[in-house]
Amino acid sequence: MYTFSKRLKITALSLIIIGALGWVSSYTSSHHLTLEDVKVMLEEEASHHGTTTHSDTEAHAATIHSTHDNTHQSDEAHHGDEHAEHVLHQMHNRPYAALYVAAFFFMMISLGVLAFYAIQHAAQAGWSPVLFRVMEAITYYLLPGAVIVLGIALWAGDHIFIWMDPEVVAHDELIQGKSGWLNKTGFAIRGIIFIAGWSFYRWISRKYSLAQDTAKDNRNFKKLFRWSAGFLVFYIYTESMMSWDWIMSVDPHWFSTLFGWYVFASMFVSGITVIALITIYLKSKGLLEFVNDSHLHDLAKFMFAISVFWTYLWFSQFMLIWYANIPEEVTYFVTRIEDYKLPFFGMLVLNFIFPFLVLMNSDYKRVPWFIIMAGIVILIGHYVDVFNMIMPATVGDRWFFGIPELSAVALFLGLFLYVVFYAISKAPLLPKGNPFIKESEQFHY
Amino acid sequence: MGASKVIHALYTDDDVLMSAVKAVKAEKHHIEEVYTPFPVHGLDKALGLAPTRIAIAAFLYGCVGLTVAITMMNFIMIEDWPQNIGGKPSFSYIENMPAFVPIMFELTVFFAAHLMVITFYLRSRMWPFKNAENPDPRTTDDHFLMEIPIHNNEKQLKTLLAKTGAVEVHVVEKEAH
Repeated sequence: MYTFSKRLKITALSLIIIGALGWVSSYTSSHHLTLEDVKVMLEEEASHHGTTTHSDTEAHAATIHSTHDNTHQSDEAHHGDEHAEHVLHQMHNRPYAALYVAAFFFMMISLGVLAFYAIQHAAQAGWSPVLFRVMEAITYYLLPGAVIVLGIALWAGDHIFIWMDPEVVAHDELIQGKSGWLNKTGFAIRGIIFIAGWSFYRWISRKYSLAQDTAKDNRNFKKLFRWSAGFLVFYIYTESMMSWDWIMSVDPHWFSTLFGWYVFASMFVSGITVIALITIYLKSKGLLEFVNDSHLHDLAKFMFAISVFWTYLWFSQFMLIWYANIPEEVTYFVTRIEDYKLPFFGMLVLNFIFPFLVLMNSDYKRVPWFIIMAGIVILIGHYVDVFNMIMPATVGDRWFFGIPELSAVALFLGLFLYVVFYAISKAPLLPKGNPFIKESEQFHY
Repeated sequence: MGASKVIHALYTDDDVLMSAVKAVKAEKHHIEEVYTPFPVHGLDKALGLAPTRIAIAAFLYGCVGLTVAITMMNFIMIEDWPQNIGGKPSFSYIENMPAFVPIMFELTVFFAAHLMVITFYLRSRMWPFKNAENPDPRTTDDHFLMEIPIHNNEKQLKTLLAKTGAVEVHVVEKEAH
């Protein structure tokens, strides 16, 4: 049994408090901004950049929800006003978007682990039962995490999802055409169905898993197998729809048919990485003595493989859109390459090149500090991935990794650690009733 | 060198074979070769073989494949007959790189895979029309064979092998090569 250590509890709670304070202060300061402040700021920027302001303005109008008709040669002063207002909106959006990115990132880890866990049961895997309690603990965060994400989405409204603004929809035929799907009621109902389904599986799988510990036969194990197989079908549909709702709809004009898979790859690799990191942490505390090098090796293989899989999907999405060069599709990447060059290409280094080179060698996959190093880089990379998906549509080129982003990460990291380690302390770490537990304990390659 | 005597011990299970190999190694006997119908995990470690270097070779072959792909596509699509790719006639390799990535990937895998197999064959001294070295055809079906050279210790080896669960133990004259 693991006991939730006081030091970790204090660390988690202080992360939550620091994060909450930092975020609230950035929220209030951005809300005190007025149009006048923004105009002064823009003028200062203009004097730095010289003559580039006008083309900047044009890039904006083209890339961010191009809903207003731009009469380019209209009154310069009027144009300036409109631009300043636009920038003001973006700066108001930033704390919301920062909070949403961090909330989604930690929720996605939990959801990825839930899918991984269900796959282990559906496949009746023999190697992984020793890790089940770690996975169950991570998925304990799913319900609070997902409720928070949905809550932020509905509370922030048009600060993140432009289609939630009736004014915008009234002038936008494309969004009007999609309003059968993209409306606030539908969004909320779908969100509740997703969360209810995932949480139900998480609840029933934990119940049978614990019941199996003391059971005399394999009935719970068999039931768990059926529920897991069923859940995977539910999961792949709802995960895909969740990714359209919660992420893709921030750019309501744009769509990509493999977006669900792309988000899935991201959550899967982040989830597996967190399983590996927490396993190594618990092992270093002298717990999980039944987890050996070969289990870590397999987790690291998954980290390596799914990183490559993520890159494959990222590239498939990018190349088709780049090749076809259709304006309404390619604008997605134009924004990211022009305004987000560093995070956009940096993400490829963090999520692909680094783990690819570090985890390629078979021996390195068994060295804990190699896994930790690669794991932290992968997690940062996938945070940046979510950042790249949300920010361009909400804050445009007014992005930065500053107080709102960092404190939102601290807030949810603290919450995640608190919930997950609380859940780890709730059950024995060895699911001793699992019929494959002997095989798993002796697993070696 | 003339003919030498070797002992052949046959097993019908990979787990029994593994523990036999460990028992024979514990007695400090040299195992010349083990013939198995399928790869047995951990056998190389139990036999004390040096770790394989095929992974390093594969990495280098992959690099060769990547280089071939880049040089080839650059010559074909950019230099020799410049192509307008996706309505972007920039005639620069780097700007058109996304279109070449699938080829770069495929040739990397192609070179790594094929050259690795060829390397493996050569390193194992296997080439077309070569006579099989396999001492007992049953090792291609459901038997495992361990070959140990004899140095005036025939009796000792036979009792040891019988204890490890061998189903058959023979002594054979072997042509040295």
